[in-house]
Amino acid sequence: MSRTTQPEIASELGHAVGPAHAPRDAALALQGLTVSYSEKPAVFSVDATFNAGGMSAIVGPNGAGKSTLLKAALGIIPRLSGEVRVFGKLLRNARAHIAYVPQSASVDWDFPTTVLDVVQMGLYRKVGLLGRLSGQAQSQANECLDRVGMADFAHRQIGQLSGGQQQRVFLARALAQDADLFLLDEPFAGVDAATERAIIGVLKLLKNEGKTVIAVHHDLATVRDYFDHVLLLNVRRIAEGPVETAFTTENLQATYGGRLAATHLDELAVADGGR
Amino acid sequence: MGAEFVQLSLTPILIGILAAIACALPGNFLILRRQALIGDAISHVVLPGIVVAFLLTGIISAIPMLLGAAGAALVAVVLIEVVKRLGGIEPGAAMGAVFTSMFAAGVLILEQSDTSNVHLDVEHALMGNLESLVWLRAEGWHSLLDPTMLATLPDELVRIATVCAFVVVLTVIFWRWLKISTFDEGFAQALGIPATALGLGLVVVAAIAAVAAFDAVGSIIVIAMFICPPAAARLMTNRLEHQIGWSVAFATLSAVLGYILAGYGPLWFGAQGAVSAAGMIAVVSGIILGVACLCGPHRSRVGVARKAVA
Amino acid sequence: MNLFVDAFFLQAGYNAALVAIGAGLLGFAAGASGTFPFLRKRALISDAIAHATLPGVGLAFVVMVGFGGDGRSLLGLIAGSAVTAWIGLLVIEWISRRTRLAEDAAIGAVLGVFFGIGIVLLTVIQAMSAGRQAGLESFLLGSTAGMLFQDAIVIAVGGSLAVITTWLMRRPMTLVAFDSDYAASMGYDVRRIDLLMMGLVLSVTVIGLKLVGLILIVAMLIIPAVAARFWTDRSTSMIWIAGGIGGASGYLGAVLSASAPAMPTGPIIVLVAATIFIFSLLFAPDRGVLAALFRHRGFQARVHRRQGLLSLAAQHPIRETYTLRLLAREGLVRPDGVPTDAGRAQAAKIARDERRWDVAREFYQDAGLTGRYDGLTPIEDVFTSDEIAEFDRRLGPPVTVRGD
Repeated sequence: MSRTTQPEIASELGHAVGPAHAPRDAALALQGLTVSYSEKPAVFSVDATFNAGGMSAIVGPNGAGKSTLLKAALGIIPRLSGEVRVFGKLLRNARAHIAYVPQSASVDWDFPTTVLDVVQMGLYRKVGLLGRLSGQAQSQANECLDRVGMADFAHRQIGQLSGGQQQRVFLARALAQDADLFLLDEPFAGVDAATERAIIGVLKLLKNEGKTVIAVHHDLATVRDYFDHVLLLNVRRIAEGPVETAFTTENLQATYGGRLAATHLDELAVADGGR
Repeated sequence: MGAEFVQLSLTPILIGILAAIACALPGNFLILRRQALIGDAISHVVLPGIVVAFLLTGIISAIPMLLGAAGAALVAVVLIEVVKRLGGIEPGAAMGAVFTSMFAAGVLILEQSDTSNVHLDVEHALMGNLESLVWLRAEGWHSLLDPTMLATLPDELVRIATVCAFVVVLTVIFWRWLKISTFDEGFAQALGIPATALGLGLVVVAAIAAVAAFDAVGSIIVIAMFICPPAAARLMTNRLEHQIGWSVAFATLSAVLGYILAGYGPLWFGAQGAVSAAGMIAVVSGIILGVACLCGPHRSRVGVARKAVA
Repeated sequence: MNLFVDAFFLQAGYNAALVAIGAGLLGFAAGASGTFPFLRKRALISDAIAHATLPGVGLAFVVMVGFGGDGRSLLGLIAGSAVTAWIGLLVIEWISRRTRLAEDAAIGAVLGVFFGIGIVLLTVIQAMSAGRQAGLESFLLGSTAGMLFQDAIVIAVGGSLAVITTWLMRRPMTLVAFDSDYAASMGYDVRRIDLLMMGLVLSVTVIGLKLVGLILIVAMLIIPAVAARFWTDRSTSMIWIAGGIGGASGYLGAVLSASAPAMPTGPIIVLVAATIFIFSLLFAPDRGVLAALFRHRGFQARVHRRQGLLSLAAQHPIRETYTLRLLAREGLVRPDGVPTDAGRAQAAKIARDERRWDVAREFYQDAGLTGRYDGLTPIEDVFTSDEIAEFDRRLGPPVTVRGD
């Protein structure tokens, strides 16, 4: 699964900066994306291409800008420079194709609404501001709840949910959007094992349906099991590509600096043949 | 309860109810967004707005004053945003710095300008004069069906009714946006909802409601109307739709009970005269909130509260 | 002008001098005490406390008149206002703790309702004591006219106590303001410290109420602290800077007011403070807006320049016009985007820097060093020349890419 369609450029640079034009089949293409808070870049000049149908992880240490990257790609926070294209289109023309699952900690769960209500928020693009939610829409929402195993909780107030249940509801909301590209911010953070299994099950089903999944992921131990493509980020793009070739000890060391014990790395990473 | 009621009490009560509802509706969203105190800021800058309008136009008449107050509210909101963003100051302090400065400026201009001809009553501006918004031309309940009689209704009633209708219509139209972006702003933006503009719009509508209600209950009491009925409603239910309903009910109750107690309460105690209706309405709304805090079915915090991000 | 100078040096009359000193002391106390509620992110609780004094003022009046006094004794008013303001504080705390309502809703509710109670009381009093003047207006705006020497003493003593207490308790209050959970885990009674913070605000409020009035005392509690924020990052310095700004505003404001006819003291004081605030917002060296603007422009230029040169090195077209303009201005590209010789040289230099950083990260796993690489720092700023020579030795001549 080659990331680029252009030959690598021999130059003073030790690694390719990125293709001059994003490949047409990229679900999400970032070029030179830079985001800063005051004078420190949170994300600097990141090029990344996520092909359609892939299951990608964005990993890096705390403060590496992973959430920032996602939010800037969605236009939620302003970027200093760079370009974002979704299925070849500009962001504002492609919103119907994107589903965003934010970190569950970013929301006030004491808000007066039920689980079903939250999932129905995902139907917004179909009904718009003033449209009525048809019976069919209702049943679609219920079906999405069922897919994440929360069908019995439809009328519960969201504040009564556990962390894992909250995450499932967010995922159901994203499912209701009928999108082609799913962007998730730490979907497995703070969830119980059963929820983790449920979520990854749903994500794999999505991939089988041809959807694209990109997730900011915090748990290095599961990268190889869950994902086939990875972006290693620490303010800058350190490495990107298929998990087999990019998720190496060397790249992990470069990403995490001295923060990972060497033995740990060997367990996590792909064995480097020939090094 | 015949002609005298219609002449003396009907319109004040109606104005009170409409003012309370016009404030309670945006108040629901303001408290969910942790922006409740923008009502405090707005109610304090109404005075400088009126003063400037008076200076510019030289007349004490409703429309220029309302425009002046609305203008001041807009200026305040913009300045608060500027201080927040450029200065990195937290919202409460930004609001406090801006509205107290504007209020001081208003008082200064007021004292400086020659008001010997016309007396801008500070007390009136702050407490309103609900009791005097009467409909003396009416002859009884049947006057409500008589178009020529209706034309003599106090202007304040027409104004507040228009604004209240405006607020209701906007709430209905933008309901979905309000609900989604108040719950999860990032998600709303990803959907393409203009969440930032919506937030600004909410504050502007609140300012308009405050300015219109100012006639009835004065500016300072308005903050009680923004907060107490919706806050009490929040403790009664876990559905946003029901919360809105409860807040309208509580607002109405506060206005009616407050007016009656202010007008007739002293008589029951054997005293003469009336007490401030505006003050009483605020007190009643506070009592309702107090009861809700003690007995409301959903008064306890569920789950972990998020830190304020407003 | 002469009048101003006279007033400045306290030569403009007994009352004017008294007011100036009193206002200066009050401003100092307000600025210092207001620092911690500001840091604790609940600056507007001062507004609630101030509004909650109204019922107490009314009650105190009624009680004093009932005992045969004239109802205007400063100490009596202070006592009454302190009682109801304290109750208001406790109600705010109770609502925030016991219900799902957030603190701002609690503050606003207490503000509006207590003020409403006060208004009702006021109208009762006005009805009872036919023709009494000192009504709402002086409560809101203050009255400097009848200031007595003992009033100044009250301000001086009370204000000093507030400042001293703030100074003595600055460490626990800073800890609680910054991270209350951590403070609790260290054994501090967060609730008590919070109440102390608010109690100091309350003291200053009730002391200053008669002199500058309700709205304006709130201004003095908030604006100096906000202005001080722009000049320092340390909370202990903030106390003194805020106090200084408050004191200066009080003194200057009173002086200005004395030197011009019909200028009400309270508003002038606030506007002086507001002017200092605006000046701080714009011109403070580190945190001021102008300083930040310059820094941001410079930063933006550096980012675009580096990205532009990197694109040149990789022989990609530069598409952002701002970048092109920037590089063209330095003579690094021609108007059509083709790099000049100088540009090519710079691009190669930047590309070399990138490659050196790659090598550095491989060999130096110290996150502290490599953590300094934020995309813009040149490698010469972090490593010594012999370390860089070592990187160059490993880099060798230009090589083809790693498999990625």
